[in-house]
Amino acid sequence: QVGILDVDLCGPSIPRMFRVQDNDVHQCDSGWVPVFVDQDKSISLMSIGFLLEKPDDAVVWRGPKKNALIKQFVADVAWGDLDFLIVDTPPGTSDEHISTVEALRPYKPLGAILVTTPQAVSVGDVRRELTFCKKTGLRVLGIVENMSGFVCPHCSECTNIFSKGGGEELAKHAGVPFLGCVPLDPQLSRSLEEGRDFIQEFPKSAAFPALTRIAQHILDGTSQPSS
Amino acid sequence: PLSVAECPGTSSAQAGRAAACQGCPNQKLCASGAAAPDPGEGGPEGPRGGGGARPRLTARCRPPAEAAALRERLRGVRHTVLVLSGKGGVGKSTFSALLAHGLAAREDKQVALLDIDICGPSIPKMMGLEGEQVHQSGSGWSPVYVEENLGVMSVGFLLSSLDDAVIWRGPKKNGLIKQFLRDVDWGVIDYLIIDTPPGTSDEHLSIVQYLGAAHIDGAVIITTPQEVSLQDVRKEINFCHKVKLPIIGVVENMSGFVCPKCKNESQIFPPTTGGAEKMCQNLNVSLLGKVPLDPQIGKSCDKGQSFFSEAPESPATSSYRNIIQRIQEYCDQQHLQEEKII
Repeated sequence: QVGILDVDLCGPSIPRMFRVQDNDVHQCDSGWVPVFVDQDKSISLMSIGFLLEKPDDAVVWRGPKKNALIKQFVADVAWGDLDFLIVDTPPGTSDEHISTVEALRPYKPLGAILVTTPQAVSVGDVRRELTFCKKTGLRVLGIVENMSGFVCPHCSECTNIFSKGGGEELAKHAGVPFLGCVPLDPQLSRSLEEGRDFIQEFPKSAAFPALTRIAQHILDGTSQPSS
Repeated sequence: PLSVAECPGTSSAQAGRAAACQGCPNQKLCASGAAAPDPGEGGPEGPRGGGGARPRLTARCRPPAEAAALRERLRGVRHTVLVLSGKGGVGKSTFSALLAHGLAAREDKQVALLDIDICGPSIPKMMGLEGEQVHQSGSGWSPVYVEENLGVMSVGFLLSSLDDAVIWRGPKKNGLIKQFLRDVDWGVIDYLIIDTPPGTSDEHLSIVQYLGAAHIDGAVIITTPQEVSLQDVRKEINFCHKVKLPIIGVVENMSGFVCPKCKNESQIFPPTTGGAEKMCQNLNVSLLGKVPLDPQIGKSCDKGQSFFSEAPESPATSSYRNIIQRIQEYCDQQHLQEEKII
C-alpha cells in the first residue's frame, strides 16, 4: 500500500501522471478520502490538484496558507494503513519543506531521496538540500542523478545533454549513498504525460532498469529489522 | 534550529502584532495596517462536505514613504523584465543569464540581473561569479559586475559557503527581496532582468507588489514542450492576469534534440498536447521562440561562461538571439507608447 502526498502546491503534477486529474476529493467520517489511482487500490494520492475548480487555476498563496494546507494533508487525510508514504516536494528549502518535515516528524520519516541532474548548477542547489536535511534531522537515503545521458534511438550514440557525473560526485563528497543514474527516456516522458504505468508497460525502456533498481534499494533497506 | 515562526499572514488582523512577528523584516509594514491583501486571495476551499470560506479583508494602501523610497531607487531603470516558469528545471535561470548576456552585448546598454530565487540561487555560478561577495558603499549595496555594463545581485553573494542553505519561510524571503530593490545601488540601467524561482508564491507576489511603485514591462515565461510543464505555465499566465502583469511571451526550451552523430532529431520531451505553440494559440499569448537541446548550454552554465561565446554556431544560439531580439523590440515599443502619452 503506497500513498503519495503532493505538496507542490503551486505546480501539482502528480494527478496527471496517474490520469486522475479530473477526480474530486470527498470526506468520510475519518477525514478526507485520498484518490485511488488503480483498480487494486494499492496507490492513493492527495494533491491540491484535486481541490482546484479549474485545472488552470493558479494557487497564489503566501507561506502561511500553504503551511495550513500541508498540515491538513498530513492530519486530516484518511490514509489508512500504508507501507510507504511518498512525499513529492517543489524545489527549494522553504515553507513547503519546513512544514512537511514538521508535520511528519511524529511519524518518524525514513528519510529523503535527493534528485539532481548531472550538471554543476543543479548539484549546487542539491548541496543546499543536503544542508536542509542535516539541519532538520532528515536522514538522506541517497542521491539520484536524473536525466543522465540520452541514447539516440537511431544510432545508439549516448550524448550527455546535461553533463554527467555530478550526482555521483556529490554523493561521494557528502558521504551519502548514490542510488544511480536515470537516463533521459522519451518513453518515460510520454508515459507520464499520458498517465500510464511506465513500470508495467515499458519494461524494456531506457529508464526502467535504473528506476526499478532504486525502488528495490528502498525496499531492501526497509525489509531489514530496525535497530 | 529551524525557524518555527508562526506568521499570522499579512492580511490577518494579527499582522505585525503576533509574538512571532518580532524580528520579521515585514513587521513594521504589517503592524501599520498597510500590508495589502494578495491579489490571488481565495482559492481551493477544501474537499466537498467540508472546508469553509477564508475571511477577506478590504484593500489598504502601503505607506507612501516606503513606496516612494522604492520608486526613487528604481528611477534610473528603463525596462524591467520578469522571467517566470511554472515548473522547476525548465531552464529559466539559464534563460535569464543568456538574456542578460544578450542584452549587454551592446556596450552602450547597461544591464542588471537580479536573482530572487532565495533558496536556489544559481545565477552567480552561471555568470562565473561564484564566491564573490557584496560590498557596501555610501550609496548602498554594490552589484557584482561581470562586465562593465552587466551587474548582478543574488542571495548567493551573501552566503559564506556553497553548502549554506537558506531555510526561510515566506516573510523573511520577502524582506530580503525588498532590500534588494531598496538598498542596491542599481544606478541608471536600460534593462533590469529578474530571475524568479518556479511557482506563484511569496517571491512572485512580493516582486510585483514592490515594483508596483515602479513599472514592469512584462514577463517572459519559460516552459518545456511537455504537458506537465504547460499545465503549470497556464497557472503562471493566470497569475500574470490576476496581478495585471503584461506577458511578453513564452519560450519553449528543450524543444527537440539533434544527435551529433547521426543528425537525426528526437523529441526527448514529446509535446503530447501540442507543445507551447498550441497553448499560446489557445491562450492568445506570444510564442517568442523554441530552443533545441544542446549539451553546450549546460556546459557553459557550469563553467560560468556565456553560451553565445562558447558556441556561436549552435542552432540554439540563433534561437536564443531571435527571442532576445523580440523582447528588446517589445520593450522599445512600450517606451514609444509611453512617450506618445506624455
